[in-house]
Amino acid sequence: MSEDRVRKVYAIERGTVIDHIPSPRALKVVEILGVKQEGILTIGINFKSEKLGRKDIVKVENLKLTESVTNRLALVAPTATINIIENGKVVEKRKITVPEEFRGLLRCPNPNCITNREKVTTIFIREGQPPRFTVRCRFCERLYFHPEELLV
Amino acid sequence: MEFHNRSVISIRDFCRDELEFILNKAQEVKQGRWPDALKGKTLATLFFEPSTRTRLSFEAAMVAMGGRVIGFADSAVSSTKKGESLADTIRTVTGYCDVIVLRHSIEGAARWAADVASVPVINAGDGANQHPTQTMLDLFTIREETGRLDNLRVGMLGDLKHGRTVHSLAKALSFFDVKQVFISPLSLRMPEHLLEELRGQDASFEEIEDISQLSQPLDVLYVTRIQKERFDDFQEYEKVAGSYRLDREAIKRLGPECRIMHPLPRVDEISTDVDSTAGAIYFRQAHNGVPVRQALLGLVTGSIK
Repeated sequence: MSEDRVRKVYAIERGTVIDHIPSPRALKVVEILGVKQEGILTIGINFKSEKLGRKDIVKVENLKLTESVTNRLALVAPTATINIIENGKVVEKRKITVPEEFRGLLRCPNPNCITNREKVTTIFIREGQPPRFTVRCRFCERLYFHPEELLV
Repeated sequence: MEFHNRSVISIRDFCRDELEFILNKAQEVKQGRWPDALKGKTLATLFFEPSTRTRLSFEAAMVAMGGRVIGFADSAVSSTKKGESLADTIRTVTGYCDVIVLRHSIEGAARWAADVASVPVINAGDGANQHPTQTMLDLFTIREETGRLDNLRVGMLGDLKHGRTVHSLAKALSFFDVKQVFISPLSLRMPEHLLEELRGQDASFEEIEDISQLSQPLDVLYVTRIQKERFDDFQEYEKVAGSYRLDREAIKRLGPECRIMHPLPRVDEISTDVDSTAGAIYFRQAHNGVPVRQALLGLVTGSIK
């Protein structure tokens, strides 16, 4: 393996590193990122973590996260930290903010909810403090304990 | 406190102070302080699902204060049958009236209607979800009959799993200093997510399976019907329903001062020989639907301040 290749696997010049993903949700995170042609994608599963016990890490070259993607990530990896890398250095480090409401991101599983009967944008309200939180459908008011399972 | 143009969709949208304000206005209405307050106002009652008490009491409320009523009591006569969406029905009707009262079998229908309407919407029941004006008239009745909403012991008996009235009432009572006693068979307990919510609010409650297990007398017992269709086994239904039936003998266990409430319609969960006892207040409770709905109609149309 060339030195260049090794460097690309373990460190990236430019892109995003998503750290502190609760293990084993790295593949879910990749699914949400929907990465296609940005560059090399590195997935690390089952690292030791003081905070989480076990954690996953996902590194993607040349990727910038949009707000919609960050909101989705908040559902599967509310503990995650986002590192923006430029010229091989971390230029920005932030925690994921879990929004107070999710618009159009989740589907209500209640078949008798108006959002499944008419053309209505779904809205779910967060209840509780992250990383442990539930969501309530603004319309039928049902409470859901596993928001990540409602992702569209 | 501003209620003008505000929709009444869910008991969750209200805090303790707002609920008390509404009850105070209902009291004023009942004392005759707001005659003809709704004169010149039009209410549209859109009942996509049948209802007797709720629709009639809203209509009575409007007429009693000089207002007019338009609407329908059966979706078969509305354009829904032609395939019109609820949103389009609401956008149209909103131009004919000052306030809409909506009952619909789909959960969240009222919230959606309020989003598209330019006049306030009052939810008169959306599927298994909410029926906030029922809860408000329940609170009004408890306060009127006992003189308070704090320092009370309130029992709820019957099907606590499926009943939207008890879910909503339990939530509302958690704003007050009320000890709630949930009495039901294990299979029809209050849903865990609701209990969790009550715990989160530090509300005081206990669960028992039978009124014989009551440790202290109750101030109010709220009875709900156990529905046959919730059981696969008819024999099992008979056994369960039989042990939750109230008669003169059973009410002795509740305490001498206990008032008995019921959202009605009653089938046989309260024996008719209870009707003439001092604690039977369920018909007065139903009558209170009128002043409470008068107050709400007045507040959201800006006619009562």
